[in-house]
Amino acid sequence: MLLRHTPKEITERTALTINPAKTCQPIGAMYAALGIHGCLPHSHGSQGCCAYHRSTLTRHYKEPISAASSSFTEGASVFGGQANLLQAIDNIFTIYKPDVIAVHTTCLSETIGDDLKQIRKKAISEGKIPEGKYVIGASTPSYVGSHVTGFSTMVKTMTEFAESTGKKNGKVNIIPGWVEPADMAEVKRMAKLIGVDSIVFPDTSGVLDAPLTGEYKMFPDGGTTVEELKSSGDSVGTLALGEWCSAAAARELDKLHKVPCKVLDMPFGLKATDRFVDALRTIAGVSVSDELAYERGQLVDLISDMHQYFYHKKVAIAGDPDQLIAMTEFLVSIDMLPVHVVTGTPGKKFEERIREITADMPCEVNVKAKGDLFLLHQWMKNDPVDLLICNSYGKYMARDEDVPLVRWGFPILDRQCHQYFPTVGYKGGLRLLEKILDRLLDRKERDDPEPKFELVL
Amino acid sequence: MATTAKKKLVQWDPTDIKAEMIAKYPPKVARKRAKQIMINEALENETPEILANVRTIPGIITMRGCTYAGCKGVIMGPTRDIVNLVHGPIGCGFYAWLTRRNQTDPGPDGENYMNYCFSTDMQDSDIIFGGEKRLVRAIQEAYDLFHPKAIGVFSTCPVGLIGDDIHTIAKNMKEKLGDCNVFAFSCEGYKGVSQSAGHHIANNQVFRHVVGENDAPKEGEFKINLLGEYNIGGDGFEIDRIFKKCGITNISTFSGNSTYDQFASAHQADLSAVMCHRSINYVADMLEVKYGIPWIKVNFIGAEATAKSLRKIAMYFENQAFIDRVEKVIAEEMPDVEAAIADVLPRTEGKTAMIFVGGSRAHHYQELFKEMGMKIISAGYEFAHRDDYEGRQVLPLKVDADSRNIEEIEVEADPERFHPRKSKEELQALEEAGLKFRHYDGLIPDMESRTLVIDDLNQHEAEKLVELMKPDIFCAGIKEKFSIQKLGVPMKQLHSYDSGGPYAGFKGAINFYHEIDRLVNSKVWSYMKAPWQENPQLTGAYVWE
Repeated sequence: MLLRHTPKEITERTALTINPAKTCQPIGAMYAALGIHGCLPHSHGSQGCCAYHRSTLTRHYKEPISAASSSFTEGASVFGGQANLLQAIDNIFTIYKPDVIAVHTTCLSETIGDDLKQIRKKAISEGKIPEGKYVIGASTPSYVGSHVTGFSTMVKTMTEFAESTGKKNGKVNIIPGWVEPADMAEVKRMAKLIGVDSIVFPDTSGVLDAPLTGEYKMFPDGGTTVEELKSSGDSVGTLALGEWCSAAAARELDKLHKVPCKVLDMPFGLKATDRFVDALRTIAGVSVSDELAYERGQLVDLISDMHQYFYHKKVAIAGDPDQLIAMTEFLVSIDMLPVHVVTGTPGKKFEERIREITADMPCEVNVKAKGDLFLLHQWMKNDPVDLLICNSYGKYMARDEDVPLVRWGFPILDRQCHQYFPTVGYKGGLRLLEKILDRLLDRKERDDPEPKFELVL
Repeated sequence: MATTAKKKLVQWDPTDIKAEMIAKYPPKVARKRAKQIMINEALENETPEILANVRTIPGIITMRGCTYAGCKGVIMGPTRDIVNLVHGPIGCGFYAWLTRRNQTDPGPDGENYMNYCFSTDMQDSDIIFGGEKRLVRAIQEAYDLFHPKAIGVFSTCPVGLIGDDIHTIAKNMKEKLGDCNVFAFSCEGYKGVSQSAGHHIANNQVFRHVVGENDAPKEGEFKINLLGEYNIGGDGFEIDRIFKKCGITNISTFSGNSTYDQFASAHQADLSAVMCHRSINYVADMLEVKYGIPWIKVNFIGAEATAKSLRKIAMYFENQAFIDRVEKVIAEEMPDVEAAIADVLPRTEGKTAMIFVGGSRAHHYQELFKEMGMKIISAGYEFAHRDDYEGRQVLPLKVDADSRNIEEIEVEADPERFHPRKSKEELQALEEAGLKFRHYDGLIPDMESRTLVIDDLNQHEAEKLVELMKPDIFCAGIKEKFSIQKLGVPMKQLHSYDSGGPYAGFKGAINFYHEIDRLVNSKVWSYMKAPWQENPQLTGAYVWE
């Protein structure tokens, strides 16, 4: 057994986290910043943070992840990191020449109290930021929230670019949240199908799904441009997908530039996608294209075709709040039973939402925000499931409990292609169902006795 | 490919390449980097001193990690039956959770906490009011759940800043729990200039709190410690297979596939064999001073190097039957190795490689490439010190502000347990016969003249090197992998081996030959351009020919 010391009996823990279902803020800030065109993320702390975040993102994407560090030593930790950051800004603009440096803090620089705004002022006054180039800064202490918080904070920081000229641009801002590059591309495609001109930020499509051509571009062609971010202040409205990932930025645009916003769930599964499409249609005052209605019908068709295999199968899921809320709703909508739901990210509202969504289920549901995978595993031992949906760390539980696993979320370190195939929208729903069905049927065929083994399923 | 590479080498003089690499830098950066980039004179006493183990320049995209990574990730990570509790916000524990490919074999019932991640997950209230109470509770909770024989506590950056006294807490908890050794590591990420400081901190604390704890006699005729081997991809398993065949008893590995008891019993070995000099030489030195166990440098990366290292161990024990047995093992193992070389050589000979990893691997792996007839045109370490480049004769090194912060522990001979395994005269006789003790020659003498030796290579320089010199393969870590491959050059991870291994020992060497053959001869590198990009002339529209 891989997790052989995990007891079935659950005891209360008040200080010890075991097998976390979250990581720290800065990696989220780094991922978000990669969704700005021509941006180099910069970690203001000791260089290990940057190395760890780059390694994790690289393992997830199998793509180069460029980011710089202030490389604190003990001296910087005592006297403050201003000198390091100023030197870093100078070096980065001289050597790598990005359009934007997106600085995020770490537990180290936050604990010593470095003030990014003040350091940026000094950089400007010392002429370290070339004309037409930008430095933005997000405060992302690792000891608050989770990687999701860091993502949200960096996205909110992007609204600093927004300007209002007084003339609306006729576009809709869409904040897709922490999803894969393919998901961001899919959100754009759907908006286009509906006929909505959109500004999507951040946008890692075209950045973390780059082709192999013999040429290395530190700043690939994709990403939301600074021009688009500036223009976001003139948009007719903002759709924030996910309360945890995207709402803060949308509200900030509303506050600063009176761009009205609507916070929706991430469009995973039928119902959440319906709400997203409906919202877009309403904002733009257009009717939904036949093409998109056709895609919806295909998803409904698949749910109906596969329903016999999904009905009342128990599922354990772990991941991030926005994703889990939409996924739980999707599972309930296809008559599966998400009985154990865990996120490591804090937020009472999460538990409430899951309880609402699962209220009519014919069984008890365990749900926890600020939980960990150790607890989820104990729940699985007490109330076994038919399927686990989790990031790659789920495979240790899946093997021990002999439960099929659908890898979904972050990070996925042992499978590929998640950046290429979306799981949002109707098309993404098809892929999620295919994955779930494949795992369930592979398991059935592994376990069926020979007389019961059938060609046609 | 080989001819292309040769052509490039003729076109580019190493001096020009060096100039190109630093041309874009601001003057201050260029001056510093120039001292870390060296054109090798193969130690003909003309090779200038290399600047190493110095601060990374802020803003330069470095390969390096931090002290915590060196301590928790590298040295302590591979030990399966210690609960490694990270005291800090969640990230540090999360990133070091199962990401280094250290394999371990606990058997069906053995203790194994390596698949777990333990963290105090510090919150802002802990940063404000101190995290000591949380740490005490976390240790208690870990003990109550698992009853491990040992708990190691690792500080992350903010812990050092807010001043949590982890060592006193560890001491008190050890007393309170009674049957659990609790010890702590002040391995905050900002200490030192790279992972290297963390290695040293781990060495110190393991030696202080664990080594020598178990005096129950360990049986075996030829007892050694294998230091600086981390069982990445199963390297240690292969080395242990060979040891077993030779009749060598491995008392402890620091720290691949290791247990608490191995560390606790390390003082019972009669020889320490040091693989990764950088990460573990401190323990080797301390074992000698305190218990009288001499150490020699070995290298099990490369079939010839493996044979050579086995012969060194055999020579040390001065037992003819043992020497004969080792020779027999080598004779048994080599035919498969030779057959594999004969198979790959026509496809690998003359090809070029660059290696930038670690504190030893950039040296060790040269053996394997040479066995395949490949040339190393540039190499360097990520976190090594001058002695790893130039040899231990340069010791002691000048202590600078960053290394002064890392504790040097003073060790004395143990009043009861010190016993020199060899007399001075015996050691001298062995030295005269060619067995060097307490010595490492470093990477530089093994590299050809006019090759480039580069310390702490960074993203920009790596890209330049590959563009100008067009190696057939580039070796570094995960962060570097895909920017190099985008350039159309295969990249092999030599920290975690991608998904391969073992590459140590005889069977590992065979694996490596096949892996490199696969990489440098993969068809994929010929697909960079589409046919219409290679031949872009237009003919008439919709004209069929």
